[in-house]
Amino acid sequence: MNFVIPAFAPAIPEMALLALISFILVADTFWSKRYKFATYYATQISLVVVGYLILSSFTTTQVITFDGSFVRDSFADILKLFTIAISMGIFLFSREYLVQHKFFSGEYFVLGLFGILGMFVMISAHNMITMYLGLEIMSLAMIAMIALRRDSAHAVEAALKYFVLGALATGMLLYGFSMIYGATGSITFPEMAEIIASGQADSVVLSFGVVFVVIGLAFKLGAVPFHMWVPDVYHGAPTAVTLYIGTAPKIAGFAMLYRLLAEGMPGLIEDWQSLIIMISILSMVIGSIVAIAQDNLKRLLAYSGIGHVGFLLLGVIAATPEGYSAAMFYVIIYAITGVAGFGMIIALSRTGKEFDLISDFKGLNVRNPWLAIMMLIVMFSMAGIPPFVGFWAKIVVIEEVVKAGFTWLAVLAVIMAVISAFYYLKVVKAMYFDKPEDDSPLEPVNPSLTWAVSFTAILLVVLGLLPSSLIDLCYHSLKAL
Amino acid sequence: MIALSDFLIFGAVLFMISMAGIFLNRKNVIVLLMSIELLLLAVNTNLVAFSHYLNDVTGQIFVFFILTVAAAEAAIGLAIVVLVFRKRKSINIDDLSSLKG
Repeated sequence: MNFVIPAFAPAIPEMALLALISFILVADTFWSKRYKFATYYATQISLVVVGYLILSSFTTTQVITFDGSFVRDSFADILKLFTIAISMGIFLFSREYLVQHKFFSGEYFVLGLFGILGMFVMISAHNMITMYLGLEIMSLAMIAMIALRRDSAHAVEAALKYFVLGALATGMLLYGFSMIYGATGSITFPEMAEIIASGQADSVVLSFGVVFVVIGLAFKLGAVPFHMWVPDVYHGAPTAVTLYIGTAPKIAGFAMLYRLLAEGMPGLIEDWQSLIIMISILSMVIGSIVAIAQDNLKRLLAYSGIGHVGFLLLGVIAATPEGYSAAMFYVIIYAITGVAGFGMIIALSRTGKEFDLISDFKGLNVRNPWLAIMMLIVMFSMAGIPPFVGFWAKIVVIEEVVKAGFTWLAVLAVIMAVISAFYYLKVVKAMYFDKPEDDSPLEPVNPSLTWAVSFTAILLVVLGLLPSSLIDLCYHSLKAL
Repeated sequence: MIALSDFLIFGAVLFMISMAGIFLNRKNVIVLLMSIELLLLAVNTNLVAFSHYLNDVTGQIFVFFILTVAAAEAAIGLAIVVLVFRKRKSINIDDLSSLKG
């Protein structure tokens, strides 16, 4: 037995992130007494440092290290860079919310960073153990974040629900992993794919495993019929945490889907494609129809998120590099739009007022015309109305699914997009045509929040006018493989 | 000689028991946590059985990781149960229904 020291270089961003988190965790206990925001600034700086480390070693070839358990390729690098950019936005909004609602603490940022580390590990996973570890690092950090507000009955209940259903999903996923390991004798994705393609593996055990893996993935992404936790957790968690769990983890969830299904078992496409079609249709239908009945904006955005996952899966159904890159584009756009949407709730909330009911938005046009326009952009982008980027996200996935020969699915998707436009327009109607309960001007507590919301919303317009560079980026990152 | 299928059936039975424990139990959150542990043990049984019959040690390494993470998960789970009890003076699942819609 000889031990070969693995190449550490490809994992330097993750190691640097871990070192920085550990430092912040310890330093926070000293900082929190003297400098209130030191932890926040340290968090943002560490994200910049890690982003720089990824950019400076950006790779277009595939590098595999740690005995085939960790992979670095341009797909991973691009998703990690977007995760960092989105997390920086999340922390920017969260700080003000935590201060206003009087539970500002370093733990939020440290746990958030641990969650990001988990996402990185998931994005770069190259075998099932790494995937599982990344998933757990992320979920455990998120459970603790949801329960951070321990005096709130809603938050604690949401944390318990997320914990139980998340553990159940992980159990299902692992059961599927064990079946696939049993059938193929390997846990590394390309090796699995090879053995499956050669036809040596027992097909009954394999399809059994695939079903469990897809169920576990659907749970984690929050797709119907495994979506029960999504609205409750989004609603119960403090808005700053909802902002976190509703955006960045979706990117990691997509990476997980891609690594497992496209890299690990492309040979079993007959088995998983039909399952994903079912999940996608149900998600689009439930996401569009149940959202109509909601009067809480966080719940509405939760159902809208379920619908968006349905659309995202359309790209995966196509199962071509173009399809996957369309889904990748969709998930990035969805995460940015989510930051803008939840960010708007945070910008308008203040001490003692959550501002998460649709009725709170009544007459926003009178009270703050600029923010009303920004909210209009976000809602239109989510609905997929042309000049905004949400339109392009929808059109690329629908195009791919038509190319793959599922025209009926594309027709259904368009119908569901039209139905979902109804509840986005309901918010717009409340802002522009309803009488406000009190028509005093309404400004965010901190003017920087106006800037942050405006920046994100205008980004949606700019990307909507020039979407091709981002689409190309997604396509090339997958094609390089 | 015990066949591989016997172990798999045993694993499946454990899996079923834990599923039943999660979905049928409406009384106690602690029972829920126990069911989750059982679920992971079912997976571990499967992995060890496969690992033995494939003559490949990877499955057993996977089991070590699952055991370690399960311990961390139980710690967080119990911490949340303590929070729930402090807030509501009860860990009855039926009482946990303030979030609806």
